[in-house]
Amino acid sequence: MGTLTLIVLLPLLGFLANGLLGNALGKRFVSVVGCGLPLASFALAVLALRALEAGGAPIVEVAYTWALIGDTAFEIAFYFDRLAAVMTLVVTGVGSVIHIYSTGYMHDDRSYARFFAYLNLFLFFMLLLVLGRSMLVLFVGWEGVGLASYLLIGFWYEDPANAAAGKKAFITNRVGDAGFLLGMFLLYFAFGTLDMDRIDAAFMSGPVAVSASLAGVLLFIGASGKSAQIPLHVWLPDAMAGPTPVSALIHAATMVTAGVYLVARMSGLYLNAPEASALVAAIGAATAFFAATIAIAQNDIKRVLAYSTVSQLGFMFAALGVGAYGVAIFHVFTHAFFKACLFLGAGSVIHALSGEQDIRRMGGLAKKIPLTFATFLVATAAIAGIPPLAGFFSKDEILWFAFASARGGSPLLWAVLAATALLTAFYMFRLLWLVFLGRSRVTPEVAHHVHESPWSMTGVLVVLAILSAFGGFVAIPHFLEPLLPLPAVAESARPLHKPLIALAIAIAAAGIAAAAYFFGGEAKRAAAVGERFAGVRRVLANKYYVDELYEAAIGRPLLWISEHVFLRLGDRALIDGTLHALAAAARGGAAMFARVQTGSLQLYVFLVLAGAAASLLWIWRHV
Amino acid sequence: MDKVQLLLTLAAALFALGLLGVTVRRNLLVMLMCMELALNGANLALVTFAHQMGEAVGAVLVFLIFVVAAAEIAIAIPIVLLLVRRKRTLDPGAYSDLRG
Amino acid sequence: MSEAAVLNAVLYLPVAGMVLLALVPAGRDALVRRIALWTMLLQFALAAWLYLRFDPAVAGLQFETRIPWIESWGVYYHVGLDGMNVLLVLLTAFLGPLVAAGAFSAITKDVKLFYAMVFFIQFAMLGTFVAQDLFLFYVFWETMLIPMFLIIGIWGGERRIYATLKFVLYTAAGSILMLAAVIYLVYSLHATTGIASFAFADLYRTQLPLGVQTWLLAAFALSFAIKVPMFPLHTWLPDAHVEAPTAGSVILAGVLLKMGTYGFLKLGFPLFPDATREFAPLVMTLAVVSIVYGACLALVQTDIKKIIAYSSISHLGYVMLGLASLDLLGVQGAIVQMVSHGLTSAGLFLMVGMIYERCHTRELAAYGGLAKLLPVYSVFFMILTLASVGLPTTSGFTGEFLVLLGAFNAAWPLYQQGDGYPLAVAVAAVSGVVLGALYMLWFAQRFLFGVAKVPHGPVPDLNLREKSILAAIAVGIFWLGLFPNEPMRKTELAAKQYRELVAATRAPVQAAVSLRPVAPQPDPLPARGAMGPAPTEATR
Repeated sequence: MGTLTLIVLLPLLGFLANGLLGNALGKRFVSVVGCGLPLASFALAVLALRALEAGGAPIVEVAYTWALIGDTAFEIAFYFDRLAAVMTLVVTGVGSVIHIYSTGYMHDDRSYARFFAYLNLFLFFMLLLVLGRSMLVLFVGWEGVGLASYLLIGFWYEDPANAAAGKKAFITNRVGDAGFLLGMFLLYFAFGTLDMDRIDAAFMSGPVAVSASLAGVLLFIGASGKSAQIPLHVWLPDAMAGPTPVSALIHAATMVTAGVYLVARMSGLYLNAPEASALVAAIGAATAFFAATIAIAQNDIKRVLAYSTVSQLGFMFAALGVGAYGVAIFHVFTHAFFKACLFLGAGSVIHALSGEQDIRRMGGLAKKIPLTFATFLVATAAIAGIPPLAGFFSKDEILWFAFASARGGSPLLWAVLAATALLTAFYMFRLLWLVFLGRSRVTPEVAHHVHESPWSMTGVLVVLAILSAFGGFVAIPHFLEPLLPLPAVAESARPLHKPLIALAIAIAAAGIAAAAYFFGGEAKRAAAVGERFAGVRRVLANKYYVDELYEAAIGRPLLWISEHVFLRLGDRALIDGTLHALAAAARGGAAMFARVQTGSLQLYVFLVLAGAAASLLWIWRHV
Repeated sequence: MDKVQLLLTLAAALFALGLLGVTVRRNLLVMLMCMELALNGANLALVTFAHQMGEAVGAVLVFLIFVVAAAEIAIAIPIVLLLVRRKRTLDPGAYSDLRG
Repeated sequence: MSEAAVLNAVLYLPVAGMVLLALVPAGRDALVRRIALWTMLLQFALAAWLYLRFDPAVAGLQFETRIPWIESWGVYYHVGLDGMNVLLVLLTAFLGPLVAAGAFSAITKDVKLFYAMVFFIQFAMLGTFVAQDLFLFYVFWETMLIPMFLIIGIWGGERRIYATLKFVLYTAAGSILMLAAVIYLVYSLHATTGIASFAFADLYRTQLPLGVQTWLLAAFALSFAIKVPMFPLHTWLPDAHVEAPTAGSVILAGVLLKMGTYGFLKLGFPLFPDATREFAPLVMTLAVVSIVYGACLALVQTDIKKIIAYSSISHLGYVMLGLASLDLLGVQGAIVQMVSHGLTSAGLFLMVGMIYERCHTRELAAYGGLAKLLPVYSVFFMILTLASVGLPTTSGFTGEFLVLLGAFNAAWPLYQQGDGYPLAVAVAAVSGVVLGALYMLWFAQRFLFGVAKVPHGPVPDLNLREKSILAAIAVGIFWLGLFPNEPMRKTELAAKQYRELVAATRAPVQAAVSLRPVAPQPDPLPARGAMGPAPTEATR
């Protein structure tokens, strides 16, 4: 069995083992299997990378033929090039440490085995997604991570709100998947194959028989479903109903980046589809800004981070839209570290505060949970873009190419993203201040139990903080250059590179300063501003009422039409009504004819005679 | 009108009377009597034709009909009696249990 | 010859079972159940043997039996397996023991008669699938009505009489028209070529003008469309499902509905190719309407059996879409979707039956949080829900994906040539993917998650018998989802043959055969032997 197949199958084995035997064999077994197998996958991924670098050509492994119809073979095959390598290492690496974190976080949970089974299942599907050679395998992984997400968001299913959030995630993803399927079908029609490397090569080698832009837009619809871009972003904040390690792994580090990976993987298509790329960039930037504005008004620690994720994903798509595919993947890489660190840090805070998630009831925790605070601070600085932390490098590259790329970069795009960066620094440091600094607003009963988390949790936080700090020095765009060349830069923009970097740092500093100004100390100034702009604050806090809009425009009409038009009018009144009318007509006709059967002997005699006379008359006439 | 025509007319009249009686009279026994009348109309026609053709076949058939009619009445009257015992009336309109 | 005997054995084993059951003295219910189960298991073993021995490379019939029946009319007892029915025969035989075992605790009165009816219907369904002679096909088609009528009418729910009458009268009405069409078809074959034959192979070669083809197709299609069921002839299905006992629903959804789609695949479309091509857009439209309409209606139901009944309408819309697309991917997908739907619907109805036996209500509002109260049940329910939704790795995905891909593949070139309608239809069908997830997951959410409540609780989780049944179905679902290549090898030649038949142009230029002779004939009945020679070797 090949290395790639093994990388994919080990987590599946974990799912089966933990799912079937976990409850019987106890927590130790579940922890060892649940964390060990992903670590083994990580190790194998490293080995695969070394083999890749040694060999030079991408590694292809065919597992088996799924279907052979006509001339097309749909194969289950795996493909390992540098892009897949980066993604696989992030997925298995960050995935493994989050598994280890979960041993601490979920330690007291009744369904410990089920949790790890689902996490391993997720890892299996995610690896299928990043290692798949054909879009079919990718789609299997794509839907599979949707399933895992559904199961994990609704993990504590006894609360109906959690189950509803899981369903919302799945359905929203499915809407995106409809677009994805259509894009896949179009590409299949054009190329007779779904192998992404072959499709890419076909696009790069000459004109193609199908509109690249149309395919690009359709695939992007799928990507925006999975990666929570406008207008399919609504599921991600609700997904915070799941346990925090789930939020970290699935809704920050890995699953939501699947859309980014898809577009990067299909870079050959998008290089030939300027309209689609422009759309990607526009939506990415709009989403980034939109989500950042909502984040500044949220009071749930996980929701702030959720909207932050949506915003950062917008950054990645903006980078993809201007042709800087390698840079987008770089941001996936760094974002995985600092966002996972932030989420797990939030989990540590929630754990310390016995379940409190509202930041208005936090504060002054820096001294009580110092390790969590330190790692959270590092990660926050990283996301704000402070050099030399990881976020600075990746975000700065994105800003640069947004400005200068010859494939759609413009000052407007840069301005939107820069404003978003300002807001990002602002709301992240707002979060930091309200949670860790200032006066403690923690309720008394909770305050007694505030304690630092166990080493299984804080150890992971430290690892991720270090990666957030130094991860930026790994030159991912350069590493991916042969595969995903960086776009050309307009000559006129070149001298602005250094000034723009300085400006970016200044923006980050300004955001931090603003946060300190408003939220430092008693946060009185923030409260005052909040009151003056109460209307705006309400709109932001209610996420621009998008959910309510969807409910009113789609949800309720759908149910109303199904109930009243289809069921009552269509099925019952029209179709069944016609049937019942036919039956009634048959019965009525029969009743009419039955009136001859009066039971009167004399009438019968008369009718017999009349009939006989008529027959005789007829015979006499015609024969 | 010669003798044969007169007799046939009489036979037809008897038959028609009998038929009419069966159809309109509301008394089972009278209906039976009318059926006999119709039978005798047919008998008369048979005898007339026998006389006209000089063959004896018609007359022989009449004897057969007499016997069959007698047997028929012997069965029909008791049936009517049994029926009347159930419904206490001779009106055929009362016997409509097989109504549709 | 002995291999062909195995097919006949599979077909007549239920009849032997009926005879055996008749010999069992009254009151020995446990013995009756054991006989039923073992007979069905034996039938499945034989059918599995047939499936494994089926050679994908042979283009014609395998395991063929052809015995003259009414020779002067050209009616033969002609049965055989080909790519179109091999999977359906396997599915029917597979569901047999599951139905038998599933009804162990549900049916408590007239058990002997019940299993006799199950055998009877198994015989009729298998006969319909393996018949290669139109007369024989029609006989089996009609035969299936009687046991189903009794199963729903005797062991059903409150409105069972209404439901079973609706089912029988609806189906029979279509069948009458089909009979008229059959007679005309055979007559016209004889009149034009002198061959008197009901054999499919001969009927595929009839030459009928487009107008005549249209009427005949309408007659056949009416009968099959009622069975599928397609919108707007579907209203008998929810009532029949709700009032039928669990085993009846499983048979109905698992196999009976496939008889309609099989009828289209084997007879309706290949017999009248010109009319089929002419009306393919209409069929596609009705298919997509079925998909969307069925899903929307499933969304607003409160009876759990009705939800699954409407989901059947939605799923079989995909099959019809695949058949109408005339693309190899679509046809293969349609065949897989038939089997997949058989498995998932059968499983879901069995699960509904299991919870109904425990709680005696089908109201969705009465249930909640079953994942906590009945964990094993919930796992299987989740698997079946996901298969129904078409999650990759399940059979539902294989069917839906291939059908949609095929529909799109056929529609896009037409769009490029200026006819955009099939493409619009295909895009609308993809929306079925979202709606399917919507109603199924909402159902699962209200059923499995949330506050735990169950009427007449607490109730026990699944016992070994129930777990085995559901595990068998789950194995089937994952087998078709992960390794569909092997079964699709077997159906490929038949799918290609279907495409060739439907693509052929067989409408001649001259007028149709008239049923009224031009000059009055002195002797309306032809003498014996005047109907032409028996079919020659060439028509085999």
